[in-house]
Amino acid sequence: MSDDHHKPSFARRWFMSTNHKDIGTLYLILAIIAAVIGGGMSWYIRLELMEPGIQYIDDFQFYNVLVTAHGFLMVFFVVMPAMIGGFGNWFVPLMVGAPDMAFPRLNNISFWLLAAGLILLVIAGLTGGGPGTGWTVYPPLSAKDYHPGMAVDLGILSLHLAGASSILGAANFITTIFNMRAPGMTIHRMPLFVWAILVTAFLLLLALPVLAGALTMLLTDRNFGTSFFIVEGGGDPLLWQHLFWFFGHPEVYIIIIPAFGIISEIVSTFSKKPIFGYLGMAYAMSAIGVVGFVVWAHHMFMTGLDVDTRAYFVAATMVIAVPTGVKIFSWLATMWGGSIEFKTPMLYAFGFIFLFVVGGVTGITLANAGMDVAFHDTYFVVAHFHYVMAIAAIFAMFAGFFYWIGKMCGRQYNEGLAKLQFWIFFIGVNILFFPQHFSGMAGMPRRIPDYPDPYAGWNYVSSIGALITAIGTFLFLYIAWTTIRSGEKAEANPWGEGATTLEWSVDSPAPFHTHEILPDMTGKAPAE
Amino acid sequence: MSSDAKNHPFHMVEPSLWPFVGAFAALTTAIGFVIYKATPDGPLLATLPGFLLIVFTFYIWGRDIVREANNGVDHTEPVKHGLRMGMVLFITSEVMFFFAFFWAYFNANIPFLSFAASDVWPPEGIVPLETWDLPFLNTMILLTSGATVTYAHHSLRAGNRSGLTKGLFLTVVLGVLFTALQAYEYMHATFSITDGIYGSTFYLATGFHGFHVIVGTILLIICYFRAVKGDFTDNAHVGFEAAAWYWHFVDVVWLFLFCCVYWWGGYGFVHG
Ligand code: HEM
Ligand SMILES: [Cu+2]
Repeated sequence: MSDDHHKPSFARRWFMSTNHKDIGTLYLILAIIAAVIGGGMSWYIRLELMEPGIQYIDDFQFYNVLVTAHGFLMVFFVVMPAMIGGFGNWFVPLMVGAPDMAFPRLNNISFWLLAAGLILLVIAGLTGGGPGTGWTVYPPLSAKDYHPGMAVDLGILSLHLAGASSILGAANFITTIFNMRAPGMTIHRMPLFVWAILVTAFLLLLALPVLAGALTMLLTDRNFGTSFFIVEGGGDPLLWQHLFWFFGHPEVYIIIIPAFGIISEIVSTFSKKPIFGYLGMAYAMSAIGVVGFVVWAHHMFMTGLDVDTRAYFVAATMVIAVPTGVKIFSWLATMWGGSIEFKTPMLYAFGFIFLFVVGGVTGITLANAGMDVAFHDTYFVVAHFHYVMAIAAIFAMFAGFFYWIGKMCGRQYNEGLAKLQFWIFFIGVNILFFPQHFSGMAGMPRRIPDYPDPYAGWNYVSSIGALITAIGTFLFLYIAWTTIRSGEKAEANPWGEGATTLEWSVDSPAPFHTHEILPDMTGKAPAE
Repeated sequence: MSSDAKNHPFHMVEPSLWPFVGAFAALTTAIGFVIYKATPDGPLLATLPGFLLIVFTFYIWGRDIVREANNGVDHTEPVKHGLRMGMVLFITSEVMFFFAFFWAYFNANIPFLSFAASDVWPPEGIVPLETWDLPFLNTMILLTSGATVTYAHHSLRAGNRSGLTKGLFLTVVLGVLFTALQAYEYMHATFSITDGIYGSTFYLATGFHGFHVIVGTILLIICYFRAVKGDFTDNAHVGFEAAAWYWHFVDVVWLFLFCCVYWWGGYGFVHG
C-alpha cells in the first residue's frame, strides 16, 4: 500500500476520478443500486402472477411499466455496468499489465453518463403513466398515439445516454487492450477475460450506434412529425424491429461474453490447469461476436418474413451453437483431470455452465422458425432468455465477485456462508424459471398481469422460486456488506497455484496505482 | 503522481471535474428537451442551459488536452498512438450511426427489403431536388475540401507552415460554403420533414450529415488557430490528424448520400 498517500481527497477521488479501480468501484455500486430497484420490480411482478386474477396491480399500464423498467434496468444498468464497467475497469488494466486505462477522463464520463441515464429512467417511470412498451420498445405501442406523455421520450433519452456511455467505454477498452499491454503480453497471451472484454467492446462499438439511430428516429416520429415507423406516412413498424434486433442480438452477447471471460478465469484457477484450447476459446468468442451480427431476424419469425429469409435466419442462428459448444466443451475439458477445488467462485462457474446449457438448448429450439410459431411471445421465450442471459449473467457476476472481492477490497468473504448462498440461489432460480418452460409450452403469453386458471400451478411454483431467490439475494447483500466491513484480510493470491494472471501479482487490496513498473511477460505461457 | 517519476510511457491523467460536468450537461439538456416538448408550445429555450454547458465542457476539456499535448511530457509516442486509435474507433461508431439511417432509407424504397417499401420512388407527390444542380455542386465542394485538407497535412509534414494554414483556411471556407448551400437547399425544397417517409429519411440522413459537417468545420477552425499560434510539428499533430480524418469521414458519408439519396433516389424523375 505504498502508494496510499497519492490518494486524492474524497470529492476529487469519487467525482473527478481518473483511476480505473475507483471508476470500476463506482460502476459496481451503480449496478447494485439498479439491481435492488430492478429486482424489487421483478418480485412485485411475481407476486402479482402468483395466482390467477388480479392481486395487487389493477393498473395494467403500471404492470407494463414494471416489466419494461425491469428489463431496461437489468440489461443496461446492472449487468453491463457490473461486468464491463466494474470488472472490466478493475481487471483489464491489471491483467494486461497497464498502469491505467487509455483515456481516464473518458472513462469517468462513461460512468457519469450512465448515472445520468439511470436518473432519466427513474424519472421516465414516474412521468405520465410511465413507459409500458417492454424493453423492445416496438412501435406502434411506443408511438405517440399509444404513449402520449413524455415517459417514452425520457426512456429514449435515458438509453441514448447509456449508449453514449458504452460507446465511449468501448473505444477506451479497445485502445487500452491494443495499445497498453505490458512488454511480452502479446494478443495470444492475454487472459481470456481480456479477450472477452475486447470482443464485447467491438460489439458495443458496432451495435449501439444502430440503436442510437433507431431511437433517434423514434424520438423524431414522436416529436417532429417524421414517419419512420408510422404506416400512414409510408413508414414501417418492422423497420424498428430490424434496427432494434440488429442491435439487440449482439446486445445479448455483449452481456454474456464478459461472463464467458470470468468463467474461463475461474474454471482454470480452480482446476489448477491452464484453460483447455486457449486459442479456440478466444476465437470462439470472436466468432460468436461476428456471427451474432447476422442472426437478428430470429426474433422476427412471426412478422411475415418470407420463407427464404426465415430459412436463412434459422440456419445462421444455429451456426452460433458451434462456437458456443466449443466453449462449453473446453470448460469441461479444462476440469477433466484437474484437481478441482470447490470454492464459491467455482460453484458459481458450475452453476453458470449448467444454466447456460439449459438456455442454449431452448435457444436452438426457438431457432426453428416452425417451432417458434408456437413459442414466440410465450413464457418459453421468457424462460429461455432468463436462463441463458439473465441468471447465467448474474451467476457470472457473483462468481466474479467472490473471485475478485479480496483483490478489490482487501478482505475475504466467508466461505461457508457464501456456499450456502450459492445453493439457495441456485435452487431458487431453477424453481423460478424452469416451470416457465412448461407454462410457455402450454401457451401462456408473456407480459400479462393475469392468466387463465389452467396456468395457475406452474406460476405458483415459479413465484415460490422468486421468494427463495429473494432470500438468496439478501443473503448475498449481507455477505457483501460483512465482507467489506469485517472480512478476514485477503492475501495477494488467495487461490494458490491455479491463479496465474497478473492481478494476483499485486497486493490485496490492489494499491491505488499498479504496474507502475511494467511487468515483463516475454516468453511466458498464455496467461490462462 | 508527478509525471517525471514515471517508469512507463503512458499518461497518468490528473483528476478532472469536466467529465462530471459533461454528464451533468447531457442530463440537463435531456430534461430541457422534455420540458420543451411536454407542452404544445413549450419553450425551446429550455434546452439552452444544457447545450451551453455541453459547449463549455468541450471547450474546457479540450483546452486541458491541448495543454497536455503542448507540455512536451504527457503525449509520448504510445499515448499519441492511443489517441489516434481512439479517434478511428469513434469514427467507426459514427459510421454505424449513419448505417441506421441508410437502412431506413433503403427499407423505404427496396421492396426486397420490406413489404412496406414504396413501389415508386420518390413517392407520389414528392418533387425531389435536382441531382446535377446544387447537390452536385456540393459534392464538388466537399471533394475539393478533402484535397485542401490533405494539402494542409502534407505541408505540415514537410514543415511548410504557410501551406498548413492556407490549406486549413481553404478547407474551412469550403466547409462553411457547403453548409450554407445545404441550408439554402433546405429552404427551397418543396417537401418537408413531415412529408412522409421521403421527408423523414431525407432530412434525418442529410441533417445528421450536415451536423457532422458543422462539427468537423469547428474542429478544423480550432486546428487553424492552433496552427497560426505555432502548435503542431511535423511529427506531433494528433489533433490535426483527428480533425482531418473526421473531415474525410464526413466527405465519404456525403458521397454515399449523393449517390444513393440524391442521384439514385431521384433517378428518372422528370422535373416539370
Ligand atoms: C445457442 C444460442 C441461442 C439461440 C439459438 C437463441 C435463439 C433465440 C431465438 C430464436 C429467440 C426468439 C424467440 C422468440 O421471440 O420467439 C431468442 C430470444 C432471446 N434470446 Fe436467445 N438464443 C441463443 C442464445 C442466447 C444468448 C446467449 C442470450 C443472452 C445472453 C440470449 C438472449 C435472448 C433474449 C434476451 C431473447 C428474448 C428477447 C425478447 O423478445 O425480449 N439468447 N433466442
Ligand atoms: Cu437473438
